Amino acid sequence: MRDLWRVLKRSRLAMAGVLVLGVIVLVALAAPLLAPFDPEAIDIRNRLARPAWFGGPEGHPLGTDSVGRDLLSRIVYGARVSLFVGVATVLVGGLFGSFLGILAGFWRGRVETIIMRLVDIQLAFPSILLAVAIMAILGPSLWNVIFVLSLATWAPFCRVARGQTLSVCQEDYITAARAIGAGPWSIIRRHVVPNVIGPLIVIASFALATNIINEASLSFLGVGVPPTTPTWGGMLGEGRNYIRMAWWVSTLPGVALMLVVYSVNVLGDWLRDYLDPTLID
Amino acid sequence: MARYLAGRILQTVFILWAVASIAFFLTLLSGDPATLMIGEHWTAEQVAAFREYMGFDRPLFVQYLEYLGRIIQGDFGVSVRQQVPVTQLILERFPATLQLTLAALSIILMVAIPVGVISAVHRNSLTDRLAMGGALVAQSVPTFWLGILLILVFGVWLRWLPISGRGSAANLILPAITLATFSTARIARLVRASMLDVLSADYIRTARAKGLSPGRVHYGHALRNALIPVVTLLGIEFGSLLGGALVTETVFSYPGIGRLTIQAIQARDLPLVQGVITFGAMLFVLANLLVDLSYSYLDPRIRNA
Repeated sequence: MRDLWRVLKRSRLAMAGVLVLGVIVLVALAAPLLAPFDPEAIDIRNRLARPAWFGGPEGHPLGTDSVGRDLLSRIVYGARVSLFVGVATVLVGGLFGSFLGILAGFWRGRVETIIMRLVDIQLAFPSILLAVAIMAILGPSLWNVIFVLSLATWAPFCRVARGQTLSVCQEDYITAARAIGAGPWSIIRRHVVPNVIGPLIVIASFALATNIINEASLSFLGVGVPPTTPTWGGMLGEGRNYIRMAWWVSTLPGVALMLVVYSVNVLGDWLRDYLDPTLID
Repeated sequence: MARYLAGRILQTVFILWAVASIAFFLTLLSGDPATLMIGEHWTAEQVAAFREYMGFDRPLFVQYLEYLGRIIQGDFGVSVRQQVPVTQLILERFPATLQLTLAALSIILMVAIPVGVISAVHRNSLTDRLAMGGALVAQSVPTFWLGILLILVFGVWLRWLPISGRGSAANLILPAITLATFSTARIARLVRASMLDVLSADYIRTARAKGLSPGRVHYGHALRNALIPVVTLLGIEFGSLLGGALVTETVFSYPGIGRLTIQAIQARDLPLVQGVITFGAMLFVLANLLVDLSYSYLDPRIRNA
């Protein structure tokens, strides 16, 4: 872990990514302290106010939306949904997929056939299309979003975990462990998991970026988290209707969104290079 | 080869069946499809009549078999709102989406391959760093936000291009760029990595050693081999283009399948939702079958494996 940190410090871009993400996590945690207004407080007289630094009234640094809600406060609160959904879906989908993948690679046979057929079927659906369809039937809610995005996440983890497990199981130390009578679960826990986890972490970082974008896409399309909850995607979707009058509503939440996704991608790239030195050029 | 082909086609048929079945059983997630479709402001008799009209009152197994039988004949049922066959609605909108996707695909290929190759050949140069830095940014921009920015700059401020609808070539420019950006970045990065991989191979050293010009080595020998993994990714990319079309068509009010899907969802038109999902997944599966077959054609090692 200390080694990881030392190498991380050498990459300026990756450090910047950590810094930005750190700040945004803090902002999400401390949202009630940082937001100048109640993110859901409506103020019709002040609707579509320009950002203060752009000739707007004092008090609303980033302006207000179509019903006069403070944009900065909503962006600050929006970080919560974005990060929570991203992390939760990667944890649920990633753990589930990796578990099945290890089972498939370790036990082979019929278990493997069934699991890998399921992966094929899951991957046959363009993930956002399936997510939109299920959301349409289940109805908008935070937990439904987490469910559908986890469903869209598990298959790649499963595929990679299986491949890694297959190759690990060829190793002599697995044969040795079997020979001294180690049970399957103990072999999986002590030998397989530590050896397959690296590539899975890399996938997790890219899945995090994808899921944060997908959550925003669902909210943008109006089939995500209920519209009263401030989300970056939802704000952009609503702001789109006022694009000719108020550019800030449909652009500023996107800046926050892109900053998060970019930082995650930078870290993902760095992690991939770190875990697989043959890729470094 | 024949065996590989037969196996691959059999697998595709199995997946198509699974896709159709999932689309069928998806509607059961809500509990009662009749209530979901017409809402709750109706009397019990009216809901019952609608349920009978849709055939929801029959045993599930019978409904399922009938559904599969219809799908095989290309019949996805009738749209509840528009009273038009779903297949007809999909086929009306499909050319628009196909046009958008092909436009995006040509942008992807025209930009990603040269950028990837140049980056790999001039590895670690300023050009390479700028290109790859740009690619990472492009990969981080949410599609719908990019669409909004393009509308704002080229439609609202500069007034150069139309921001919605379909018709002229000008209508296609902004949506195609929006749809292409993410995949362009991903493929440029892959082309670069794959090129670097190939450039360190022995046969490239041999080609250099026998005095071939750098151009012949890079474009004659290296690129052709470097493109093999790119072809595979293109198949997968087709899926993200379909998903991206959902968002892009909504942003630009472009009358394609993606917008049809969102409209079907907003109108709670279940047969239409079912049809569009199945159709989209089928396209994706068939595209991947084609990619796999061309892949085995490009790389003999695959079909003999």
